[in-house]
Amino acid sequence: MAIEVPVFHVLMLAGVLFLLGLAGVLVRRNIMFLLMSLEIMMNAAGLAFIAAGAVWGQPDGQIMFMFILALAAAEVAVALGIVLQISRRFDTLDIDAASDFNG
Amino acid sequence: MTLDLVLFWIPGLVAIGATGAVITRKNASRALIYLVVSLLAVAVIFFMLGAPFAAALEVVVYAGAIVVLFLFVVMMLNLGRSSVMRESRWLQPGMWIGPFILVAILAVVFAYAFANIDGVDTKGEMVGPRAVGEALFGEGAYLLAVELAGFLLLAALVGAYHLGRRYLEERREQP
Amino acid sequence: MDWFWLVPALPLAGFLVLFVTEGKLPDKVVAFVGAGSVGLAALVALGVGWQFVASGQSSFSLPLWTWIAVGDFTPSITLYLDSLSLVMTGVITGVGFLIHLYATGYMWQDHEEPKGYSRFFAYMNLFVFAMLMLVLGDNLLTLFLGWEGVGLCSYLLIGFYHRDPANGYAARKAFVVTRVGDTLMALGLFLLFWEFKTLEMQAILAEAGSLTPGMATAVGLLLLGGAVGKSAQVPLQTWLPDAMAGPTPVSALIHAATMVTAGVYLIARMQDVYLLSADAQHVVAVVGLVTLLISSFTALTQTDIKRILAYSTMSQIGYMFMALGVGAWSAAIFHLMTHAFFKALLFLASGSVILALHHEQDIFKMGGLWKKLPIPFWSMAIGSAALVALPFTSGFASKDAILLTAYDNGGWLYWGGGALAAGMTALYTTRMMIVTFFGRSKTEPHDDSKANMWLPLVVLGILSIGGGWFGIAVLDDLLGPIKSFSHFTPLALVTIAVPLLGVLVGWLVFSGRVNVSAVVESGLGNGLRRYWHGGWGFDWVYDRVFVKPFVAMARINKNDVVDLVFRITAALARGLHYIGALTQTGRLRWYAANLGLGLVLVLLIVLEVL
Repeated sequence: MAIEVPVFHVLMLAGVLFLLGLAGVLVRRNIMFLLMSLEIMMNAAGLAFIAAGAVWGQPDGQIMFMFILALAAAEVAVALGIVLQISRRFDTLDIDAASDFNG
Repeated sequence: MTLDLVLFWIPGLVAIGATGAVITRKNASRALIYLVVSLLAVAVIFFMLGAPFAAALEVVVYAGAIVVLFLFVVMMLNLGRSSVMRESRWLQPGMWIGPFILVAILAVVFAYAFANIDGVDTKGEMVGPRAVGEALFGEGAYLLAVELAGFLLLAALVGAYHLGRRYLEERREQP
Repeated sequence: MDWFWLVPALPLAGFLVLFVTEGKLPDKVVAFVGAGSVGLAALVALGVGWQFVASGQSSFSLPLWTWIAVGDFTPSITLYLDSLSLVMTGVITGVGFLIHLYATGYMWQDHEEPKGYSRFFAYMNLFVFAMLMLVLGDNLLTLFLGWEGVGLCSYLLIGFYHRDPANGYAARKAFVVTRVGDTLMALGLFLLFWEFKTLEMQAILAEAGSLTPGMATAVGLLLLGGAVGKSAQVPLQTWLPDAMAGPTPVSALIHAATMVTAGVYLIARMQDVYLLSADAQHVVAVVGLVTLLISSFTALTQTDIKRILAYSTMSQIGYMFMALGVGAWSAAIFHLMTHAFFKALLFLASGSVILALHHEQDIFKMGGLWKKLPIPFWSMAIGSAALVALPFTSGFASKDAILLTAYDNGGWLYWGGGALAAGMTALYTTRMMIVTFFGRSKTEPHDDSKANMWLPLVVLGILSIGGGWFGIAVLDDLLGPIKSFSHFTPLALVTIAVPLLGVLVGWLVFSGRVNVSAVVESGLGNGLRRYWHGGWGFDWVYDRVFVKPFVAMARINKNDVVDLVFRITAALARGLHYIGALTQTGRLRWYAANLGLGLVLVLLIVLEVL
C-alpha cells in the first residue's frame, strides 16, 4: 500500500530538487549539464504534481506528469539537435559562446 | 506515519544526493549516471506515493529514453578528458556564490509557501494505470491536451530531425 | 441617334489601345489608331448632328449608366445633346481630327522621346475623350470629370518634352494655376448642390429662378473663377504663354481650339444663372475686356511666334467672355467656333514654319519665307485675315457680331475697348506676318511636308473663310439670333474700318516705310515695351506674392512641425528599445537568473507577502 506522509515533506523534496536544478542551470556553462539540470527541474515539477494527485487519490496528477514527460521529451530532442549545431558552429559547448544571439 | 516518513526520505535523500552530484560533476557521462540514480529514486517515491504508472514511465521514458539520448550526444561529441579539464576551468568555486544566494532566497520562499499547506497528508491509495487511462481518454476532459501533446511531439520530431540531419551530413562530407 | 455614345467612346478606345500597348505598336499603326479614332468620331458626330438638326428636337439625352448611388444623390453618366453641345462636339471632333491628322506628320520625325509618338497620340485621344465628356455630360459632375480630365491631358502634353526641366515647370505652372480656378469652380458646384440637391444641369437651369440674387451672384462668380482659370483670363492667365512648351499640335488643339474655350462653354451653359445676376454678368464682361486689352498689347511685343499666338488666343477668348458678359451667348459660341478654325490654322501653319526651320520659334530669326513655304504662308495669311477680322472672313462675321452686341447691350465702353483691341490685333498680326514671311531671309527652310500636313491646313483655311457664312446660316437657327451687317450704320463702318486701319499702320511701320524707332527707343517706349513683354507684370507679382512666400514658408517648415509629434514618438520608442536591448545580453544563464528573481517576486505576490 501507499505511504501516508504529510504533503509538506514531498513538496519540500520537490522544491529542493527544483532548486538544485536551478543552481545547476545558473552555474554550469556546459550546455549538456545545463540540459540535465533542466531535466531535474522538470522532474521536480512532476514530483509536485504526483504529490498533489496522491493527496486526493486522483489520477490527474499522474496525467499532468505525463504531459510534463512529453514536454521534456520534446524539449530534449530539439535541444540536443541544437547542441549538435552549436558544437559544430562554435566548436565549443560553452553556452556563453552563443551570446551572439543577443537582441 | 513515522515509518512512512522514514520510507519516504530514504529515496528522497538519495535523490537529493544524486542530483547534487549531477550538477557538480565535471565528467558528463558520470553526471548522467547520477542523473539516472536520481530519476530512479524519484520513481521509487512515485511508486510509494501510489502512482505506479508514473513510476514506470519515469523509469522507461526518463531514465530509459531521455538519458540514453543524452548519452548518445555525449558520445557523438566525444567529450573526453580535455572536456573534463575545461569543465574544471569553467567551474570556479566563486561562481557558486550568486546562484547560491538566489537559490537560498527561493528556498525560504518555497518553505514559507509550503508551510501554509501543513497538515495535509497523502491519501495512501494506489491509483493504477487503468484509472489513469480512463481519466486521460475516458470523459474527454484531456482530449485536447493529448492532441496538443501529440502536435508538440511531432513538431519536436521534425525539428530534431532537421537540426540533426545537417550535422550528420556535414560530418559525412568531411574526410 | 442611339449610337451617339460612339462619339466619346471612339477616342477613349483609341487611348486605351495606345495605352495598353505601351508604345509597342509600329508608328504607322499608332498614327492610324490615333487620328482614325478621332476621325471616326467626327464622322459619327456629323451623322448625329445631321439627324439631330433634321429631327427638329431641341435636345436629346442618352442615359448610359448610373455613376454612383449615394442616398438620393445618383449622378448618371448621360450624354446630353443640344445645339450648344452639338456645336462644341463638331468643333472638338472636326478640328480635333484635322489637328490629329496634321500631328501624324508633325510628330513623325520627332525622335527626341522614346515611344513619344505613341504616347503623344494616347494623350491626345484621352484629351478628346475628356473634352467630349465635358461638353456632352448632362451633369455638372460629368462636366467636372471632363474638366479635370482635359486639365490632366494639358499637363501631360505641355510637359511632353519632359527632359527639359523648363517644360516640366511650365506644365506644373499650368496645372497649379488652373487648379486655383478649379477649386473655385468646385466650391460653386457645392453651392449649387446645396441649393438644388442635384447636379443635373437641366434640373438646375429649370429651377434657377428660385435662387436668391446673392446666391446667383456667388455661384456665378465661383463658376467664373473656374472658367477664368481654364480659359486663361485675367487674373489666372499667366499659364497659357508658358504652355506653349508643348508640341505645336497640342497648342493648336488644347491651348487654342478646345480646352481653353471650356470656360466659355461653361458660362454659356449656365447662362440662366448669370441672367439672374447682373453683377456676375458684369464681372464676366469686365474680365473679358481687361484680358482682351492686356493680351493684345502684350502680343505686340512678343518675339516667339507661338507666344504671339498664345496671347492672341487669350485676347480672342476675352472677346468671347465679353460677349457672354453682355448677353451675346450665340455670338460668343459663334466666335468660339470660328476662332477654333482660324487659330488652329494659325498654330498648325506656324508649326509647319517651325518644323521647316528646325524648331526655330523667334520671328526675328525668320523672314523672307513666303516664297519658300507657300502653303504655310497662305494658310497663315488666311488665318491672320480671319484673326484680324478682315471682311468676308469668318472672324469678321463673329467678331463684329460681338462688337455690335456689345455696343447695343453694354455701351460705348465695351465697344470701344473691343474696337481698340481689334486694331491692336490687326497691328500685331501684321507685324507677325511681315517679320516672319517678308524681308530678308535669315534661315534656310527645308519644306518636306506631306499631304497629311498640308491637307488640314487647306481644310482649315477653307473653314476660316467660309465658316462665317456657315455660322450665319446655321448657328443663327441653332443657337439664337446673331447680329450681322444687315443694317449699315456709322458704327458698323467704324467697326469694319478699325482692323483695316490697324493693318495699314502695321504695314507702314513694320515694313520700314515709316520710321518709328525714335518713339520705340525712347525711355517711355522702351519701358512700356519691356512691361508689355513681361505680360504686364502678372508673373512678377505672383512670383513675389505667392511663389516666393510659399517657398520661404516651405523652407521654414522644412522639418514639418506636424511631423514632430510622430518623430518624437518614434524617438521615444527607439530610446526604450535601446534600454530594453541592454538587457538582451544573449547570456542564457543571466536570463535564467532573472527568471529566478521573477519567480521570487511572483511567489511573494501570490503568497500576499508583498
